[in-house]
Amino acid sequence: MLQLTRRAALAGLLAGTVLAGSPAWAQDTIKIGVLHSLSGTMAISETTLKDTILMMIEDQNKKGGLLGKKLEAVVVDPASNWPLFAEKARELIQVHKVAVVFGCWTSVSRKSVLPVFEELNGLLFYPVQYEGEESSRNVFYTGAAPNQQAIPAVEYLMSKDGGEAKRWVLLGTDYVYPRTTNKILRAFLHSKGVADADIMEEYTPFGHSDWQTIVKRVKQFASQGKKTAVVSTINGDANVPFYKELGNQGIKATDIPVVAFSVGEEELAGIDTKPLVGHLAAWNYFQSVKNATNAAFVAQWKAFIKNPKRVTNDPMEAHYIGFKMWVQAVEQAGSTNVDAVRQAMYGQKVKSPSGYDITMHTNHHLAKPVMIGEIKADGQFSIVWQTKGPIVAEAWSPHIAENKGKVANWTYPWVCGNCTSPKF
Amino acid sequence: MHVGRVRALALLLILALAAVGRDARADTFTDALAGFAKDSFSDTIAAVEAIAASGDARAAPVLRALAEGNLYVRKSDQAVVFTREDGGKTLGTEAASGKDLGEFKSDDYDQVRLNNRVRSVVQAALGTFNLVHPDARTRIEAARALFRAPDAKNIPLLQKSLEKESDPAVRAAKGLALAASRLMSDNDAERLAGIAVLKGTATPEVRDLLLRIAGQAEKGSPLHAAATDAIASMDSQIRLARNAEVFFQGLSLGSVLLLAAIGLAITFGVMGVINMAHGEMVMLGAYTTFVVQQIIRGWAPELMEVSVLIAVPLAFLVSGAVGVGLERGIIRHLYGRPIETLLMTWGVSMILQQTVRVAFGASNREVTSPSWMSGTMEIVSGVALTQNRVVIILFGLIVFALVVLITRKTWFGLQMRAVTQNRAMAASMGIRTGRIDALTFGLGSGIAGMAGVALAQIDNVSPNLGQGYIVDSFMVVVFGGVGNLLGLLLGSSVLGVVNKFLEPFAGAVLGKIFVLVAIIVFIQFRPRGLFALKGRAAEA
Repeated sequence: MLQLTRRAALAGLLAGTVLAGSPAWAQDTIKIGVLHSLSGTMAISETTLKDTILMMIEDQNKKGGLLGKKLEAVVVDPASNWPLFAEKARELIQVHKVAVVFGCWTSVSRKSVLPVFEELNGLLFYPVQYEGEESSRNVFYTGAAPNQQAIPAVEYLMSKDGGEAKRWVLLGTDYVYPRTTNKILRAFLHSKGVADADIMEEYTPFGHSDWQTIVKRVKQFASQGKKTAVVSTINGDANVPFYKELGNQGIKATDIPVVAFSVGEEELAGIDTKPLVGHLAAWNYFQSVKNATNAAFVAQWKAFIKNPKRVTNDPMEAHYIGFKMWVQAVEQAGSTNVDAVRQAMYGQKVKSPSGYDITMHTNHHLAKPVMIGEIKADGQFSIVWQTKGPIVAEAWSPHIAENKGKVANWTYPWVCGNCTSPKF
Repeated sequence: MHVGRVRALALLLILALAAVGRDARADTFTDALAGFAKDSFSDTIAAVEAIAASGDARAAPVLRALAEGNLYVRKSDQAVVFTREDGGKTLGTEAASGKDLGEFKSDDYDQVRLNNRVRSVVQAALGTFNLVHPDARTRIEAARALFRAPDAKNIPLLQKSLEKESDPAVRAAKGLALAASRLMSDNDAERLAGIAVLKGTATPEVRDLLLRIAGQAEKGSPLHAAATDAIASMDSQIRLARNAEVFFQGLSLGSVLLLAAIGLAITFGVMGVINMAHGEMVMLGAYTTFVVQQIIRGWAPELMEVSVLIAVPLAFLVSGAVGVGLERGIIRHLYGRPIETLLMTWGVSMILQQTVRVAFGASNREVTSPSWMSGTMEIVSGVALTQNRVVIILFGLIVFALVVLITRKTWFGLQMRAVTQNRAMAASMGIRTGRIDALTFGLGSGIAGMAGVALAQIDNVSPNLGQGYIVDSFMVVVFGGVGNLLGLLLGSSVLGVVNKFLEPFAGAVLGKIFVLVAIIVFIQFRPRGLFALKGRAAEA
């Protein structure tokens, strides 16, 4: 009895401090968590995403906010430190009571926050292309799954326009995303009749800067009488020295094309792109897409960041879609309650800068168009190929044998992210 | 019908047909141009091939413009227009009529799009035109393009241009292109002749081509035998060339390590300060290069080729000044307290990183390489070295020689050594030890800044630049022997070469781990590094 009162008193005290700690006007705002690294190795990519969300919030507030309340961003800095991501996620949900979190870039950071979001029933929008093999009830994946990026890119290189490549170099940074993607790609190549002898797989540490040996080996691998292409899942900073070395060793895109999954407009901003003309990237969006939604998006970004030279890229567009979808779902649900919003998310449509109506599916992934772009001398991409329409994401790749029969579907009767028979 | 009228009509008809026929012949070129307006890669390729085959004088500028992405289609009437830069302005010319359009307004036009398939067709077509270009480098490029896309129909063309060619380098390139084109012939004698020429050039590209031929030829045929024979004969040469290249890559990695560590060899090796902010001095040097290039781009674009040389002394001054400030402000209060120095300088390194991040933004900054630092140079056939690496090796050696000179031959160097060996004695001899400390630290930091200029050419110019080099730098200094400059030179080269020979077997990740483990073991047996200081200096 005594213990119970003591606990109650403690709870009351805690509630009191939390209430006293938050200013009175906090009642009238909806808080949105932004969980992107603003320092450390990933700051180069993630800072832009933080700014994108701030831009979207500012825009929504100009339109009168949401459910009659103003939106308020809570920005934290997990500093490219994976365990810190989990701590900061907990802080956002428990201390700041945010309604939703937009964040993470690397898969390892997402894996680190996943248990936190599942334990506290939070809501995370993850905007980056990734290796798939996941579907959490508390995460909406607005980036591409492998079948929306990696596999179409390889198919393009196998086609006549792509150069009919027969030998494949899979280069990647040594962590979960490249390794899983390459596992899927290898299985896919096998299914297309490519022998193991015609596949070279190579991994480098984060921030690798001396690419001489590897580029030489790629050259040597390519001189075996068959057209060779490189599929790069090199992430972050290591890309600049890699492309510089390619340029210096005179590897032209017409000889050995390199298709990258993590190199966009933002990453090219630090490179002299003239020697790289013709190398490729596969995304669901490029800044050079021509349509009214994209023109407005690019103009809005340049005005918000007050720099006409800044560029937009695919993960930014993913955040654009994710934010708009969340706003629509909240309006439909009439509440920011996570369970209500989740139910309202399925089937939400957003007109995206890629030029298509993008739909959220019940596996928590989007249907997105796939585009292949060639690097131009000005650092932008010229779109050389794209799918006829949006492709539905496969959370579990059918090219991996263990995935047979696995279903991700969070609606009745399945209600699961990884099961072979419905739960109900 | 009257016979005369019929005759007249027939005559008219013939005349009309003849006129149409003449028109058609004169306008293969104009007709082909229409293919560019269709915005499909296959039509563009067909147009390129038709234009190249037309033999029209107007063809070359169109193909050149297409290769550079300067070919456009007017939205209003689908006319094809190419552009050129002239005095900062873009001028347009109509391809069919040659009419000058004055200043080019891109809003009224669609660019003719390219992909890699189109690009290689254009380059091969352009190659046939550029074989007689007045510029030797363009001629070599043309010959290489024809080598990459060999075609038997180019044989007479190449033969003719080879006879007239006097430049030896261009002759070699044209000879290769001719031999490659011969391989594509239907005539076995031609193909064997081609193989005989190619046999003497042991490069991966030639090997690739011969493999393709061997794959097509029937097993047991003389052609197959000749091709496999040629491949076998060049294999040993290619292997030798590869080893030479790996050795060079090792030296190049060594020179990067040397440059990164040489400043640390002074601050840590000579002064004994554990400076965790050393990497940030390198980073400041790289950013100085960026700022210098920005200023040059705005005010004196003609100096762009030497911007890197201008940046070297400036980077020395910037990093050196920050180093002197760091020593006077913080480190001098902490002499003899290594743990505190380590923590303080680590803090400083984070402050410097974040300052740069706030000032320049988190994203990478573009540092352009001058033309004398890009591309490859072929020492002997098959051994190609990247020019930027060659320059960096030379730069590393020059900086090293300078540091040796300063410490051994100058008055300042003498005072520096005196202070580090016996501070009290040096002070009583009238040396202002505080000033020498500051200058020594400034020298070490300044040299790190100069290293930053070189590293900006091969690595990211980002706030994190320095972090990647701090561990390697300490490793080299400890391995080479603390306080010993010769050990530093040898240590960095050995580490570089060993790393590069290991990498193909172990992979980049494991290779690095092996090297670290090897150093740990080495330090167990020789705790003072490769070259331990002996005598009284060792105890200082």
